[in-house]
Amino acid sequence: MHMHKFEKVWLIFGTVALLVFLTVLGVSAFYLGNQPPSCLVTIDPEKVEVTAPFNAPGLYEVTGKDWDYELVFVASAFSYSPAKVEIPKGSTVKVIATSKDVIHGFEIAGTNVNMMLEPGFVSEYTTRFNNEGENLIICNEYCGVGHHMMSSRIEVVSK
Amino acid sequence: MKKTAENEKVHPLDAKLSMAHFYVAIIALALGGFAGLLQTLVRSGRMELPAGITYYQLLTVHGVLLALVLTTFFIIGFQLSAVSKTIGPLSTPSRITGWIGFWTMTLGTVMAAVMVLLNEASVLYTFYAPLQAHPIFYGGLTLVIVGSWISGGALIAAYRKWKKNNRGQASPLLSFMAVVNTLLWIVATIGVAATVLFQILPWSLGWVDSINVLASRTLFWYFGHPLVYFWLLPAYMCWYVVIPKVICGKIFSDSLARMSFILFLLFSIPVGLHHQLLEPGIDPIWKFLQVILTFLVVVPSLMTAFSLFGSFEQYGRSQGAQGIFGWFKMLPWGDARFTVPFIGMAAFIPAGAGGLVNASNQLNQVVHNTIWVTGHFHLTLATSVILTFFGISYWLVPHLTGRTLTKKLNKLAIIQGVFWAIGMSFMSGAMHIAGLLGAPRRSSYSTYGDSTQALDWIPYQIAQAVGGTILFIGIILYIIIFIQVAFFAPKGNEEFPVGEVTDKAEKTPLIFENWKLWLGITAALILFAYTIPFIDILQNAPPGSKGFKLW
Amino acid sequence: MAVPKLKNKSQTKETSNLKGTLASVLILGIILIIVWVSIYFIFVNRLG
Repeated sequence: MHMHKFEKVWLIFGTVALLVFLTVLGVSAFYLGNQPPSCLVTIDPEKVEVTAPFNAPGLYEVTGKDWDYELVFVASAFSYSPAKVEIPKGSTVKVIATSKDVIHGFEIAGTNVNMMLEPGFVSEYTTRFNNEGENLIICNEYCGVGHHMMSSRIEVVSK
Repeated sequence: MKKTAENEKVHPLDAKLSMAHFYVAIIALALGGFAGLLQTLVRSGRMELPAGITYYQLLTVHGVLLALVLTTFFIIGFQLSAVSKTIGPLSTPSRITGWIGFWTMTLGTVMAAVMVLLNEASVLYTFYAPLQAHPIFYGGLTLVIVGSWISGGALIAAYRKWKKNNRGQASPLLSFMAVVNTLLWIVATIGVAATVLFQILPWSLGWVDSINVLASRTLFWYFGHPLVYFWLLPAYMCWYVVIPKVICGKIFSDSLARMSFILFLLFSIPVGLHHQLLEPGIDPIWKFLQVILTFLVVVPSLMTAFSLFGSFEQYGRSQGAQGIFGWFKMLPWGDARFTVPFIGMAAFIPAGAGGLVNASNQLNQVVHNTIWVTGHFHLTLATSVILTFFGISYWLVPHLTGRTLTKKLNKLAIIQGVFWAIGMSFMSGAMHIAGLLGAPRRSSYSTYGDSTQALDWIPYQIAQAVGGTILFIGIILYIIIFIQVAFFAPKGNEEFPVGEVTDKAEKTPLIFENWKLWLGITAALILFAYTIPFIDILQNAPPGSKGFKLW
Repeated sequence: MAVPKLKNKSQTKETSNLKGTLASVLILGIILIIVWVSIYFIFVNRLG
């Protein structure tokens, strides 16, 4: 099949660009550890309230781990528990969250923290809070008539 | 330019079948478009809905009518007429099958629409479990899909008959493309049919208590990504085959066009996990593997871009164009059949760029479920695809009804396209920026307790309402033109433009119609990309979810 | 009928003159790269 010389040039250019993109993504994901939230831990969605750590949502200081705090969230229509939390500036936090009912989103607006909360699964993402001030958490997956009211706050405070 | 060739017209009985599809499509456009207008107004914070109608009910109407009903009906209507035109009138059994398909889809649409209007199904067009709509809603959507299979059967039967009578010949390009898109659709819809028939319907009817949410979503997205290619390929049919004829040029390359369609068939399906990158229950290795496959499906679009520019340049140079870009001015900008789809092609440049971002796993974290995504598919589906469909209907509808697109209507059609371009620039542009700032998609107006971040999004939401209003004027203009060419425009022969290759073009290899080979590779790729992750999803499933009605 | 009108002088040269096409697709490619790199930069910037 005949292909014009310039078309070959273009397809090689395009394919190389795509390969570069994929390499950057792959190295970032598998070498630098920037994986999307894929925790693979399951939970009985009907028993979230009696399953640790979701029986007591909130912020917990931990030692001996790569992160300073664990921040446990439980989502249900149409709120998050806790509704507000204060985090010391500069701390590394592992967010651990799940849903009690339908699918919800968990997005800290304007950051990379963006995950799906699905009934039966635990979602985790580790991040660092460097900037003082208020961070808005919103549900970004449609969950029902109160979906747009569903939010929480992270207040980053100086130590 | 417009040669009259009676014997090349679509058979009147096939024309009637196609037009029936277009009538349903245009009703869906009018209602779905109006719902879209109201959504942008509500989200600007300047309007509240009367009579207990919720934002999410409108959103379901908008998504189901425009993304599922308008597209499916228009595409099947267009493909049936394309086959009838290029390989000859449908046989009577095929035509009857086509009508059965049409009525099945229409019945399904009415069932789903009634449930949405009764507020029994505000689950959006993606209907994610465990939100649970009325079983009639799911039943209706099932009938839409089954009806589309029946119509697809009619189309494939016509093609097979032609192949039998024309052994050793390559089929006409337009029919070949219609067959590829029909096969793509049938293979893709198996996923959504499986989740609806085996999971969602029994659960919504109360026969089983719980549903495996992740399995259902995975089956949905197995269908959800090729769905966008099912929308796109008819636009590519127009760009590859019709536009060269409209500009009085030639098809750039028959073989390369076929190759790109085959690549779409192979690579547009095993990529659904890139819609599920931020879900907790799927292994990151399989996510990344499907990201790689997603990038492969970019290649045929790169080929398409070259072919389109190539046929434009060859035409311009044949008219004596000079310099690198001189050919660009030679294109028939005064012809709506060219200009309106051209705006769609231009929109596909930012649309494709956004698509690459969405599919790249870390970049997806920046934009996932923000209104950036809404902005993205309003460029792909609601501009590239829809403006091309509009451009097709400006000649196809009068061709089928025996009328003509008058000079005045042609002018109005160009104005319509310009309105669309301006309105979409406002709306989609504002959506992209607001999305990067974190504004969520599929959400009613909210200041989230006067959060400073959320207040920053509001100016963009007002810009979306401005754009949405301009777009709605565009829809009204389109409906006016449609009604004119369908019922009132002067009688005449509007051409069905089908491009030709140059005499010197090499013979098209028959390998492209070796369906056993291509469907075999398609199946192998799907099994490769999905078997292990899907078994994993089933084996490591958490306890299932009961249904929720939270609206 | 098949060969576009003014093409009779040097057919092979005419059909192979696709400089404008190459330039156009390369501009398109550069737009794709700019958008992708920009959003990747936002991601890296937000890693903190």
